[in-house]
Amino acid sequence: MPVKVQQEDFDVGAEMQSMRSDNGAIGALVSFVGLVRDVNDASAIVEMTLEHYPSMTEKALQDIVDQAKTRWDIIDALVLHRYGTLRPTDQIVLVIVAGSHRGDAFNACEFIMDYLKTNAPFWKKEVTSQGERWVAARESDMKAAERWSHRAPKGNN
Amino acid sequence: MITILYFASIREKIGLSHESIQLPSDVKSVAGLAVALRSRGDKWAEALSTVNLRVAVNQTMALQDTEVNDGDEVAFFPPVTGG
Repeated sequence: MPVKVQQEDFDVGAEMQSMRSDNGAIGALVSFVGLVRDVNDASAIVEMTLEHYPSMTEKALQDIVDQAKTRWDIIDALVLHRYGTLRPTDQIVLVIVAGSHRGDAFNACEFIMDYLKTNAPFWKKEVTSQGERWVAARESDMKAAERWSHRAPKGNN
Repeated sequence: MITILYFASIREKIGLSHESIQLPSDVKSVAGLAVALRSRGDKWAEALSTVNLRVAVNQTMALQDTEVNDGDEVAFFPPVTGG
């Protein structure tokens, strides 16, 4: 599946159905949806704008999917990431991984999100009641991405 | 010529989203380019000395010693916060 970078909202059910595509080899479909929360760092969020680097985003997301396919035994993966102005409870990102078995599918999905958090060129700017601020990258996200250097390789389901 | 792009808080500090410049003959790498840009003045030095400044060359994440050649596109940005 090609990665998708778009402003428009997405339909998780429709995307899951596309991934199934009547492929009888798929025994597991794992998904993750990222949403805009209404509080961040103790401030109420009014809205959030996602800036992105247009020519690099698809490339970076595709590279992450390719890495996942090399490391785990999966059949396909979809990454869909929105940009633009979003509000609390809006959907931001969707990752779906299709595999024959759940072990590699779960791992690949988590890996894709951890790498996306540290390598996909998007930047969030929040509007709170006190004004605007750029969201700071989190230490926990960098650590989450780093731990994949030590996790089990392909086949250790 | 090289194209330089600036994103997010870095773009705001500098007040510029992109530019095209002649690649200085003594600049061979990302590190060299950053030094050259910082020397333009205070707001440049401040914006591009951000701890954890990230760089991409031709839409691929780069390191300080990544080569920069004529015709390249270089982007400077803060650590990413997507997802």
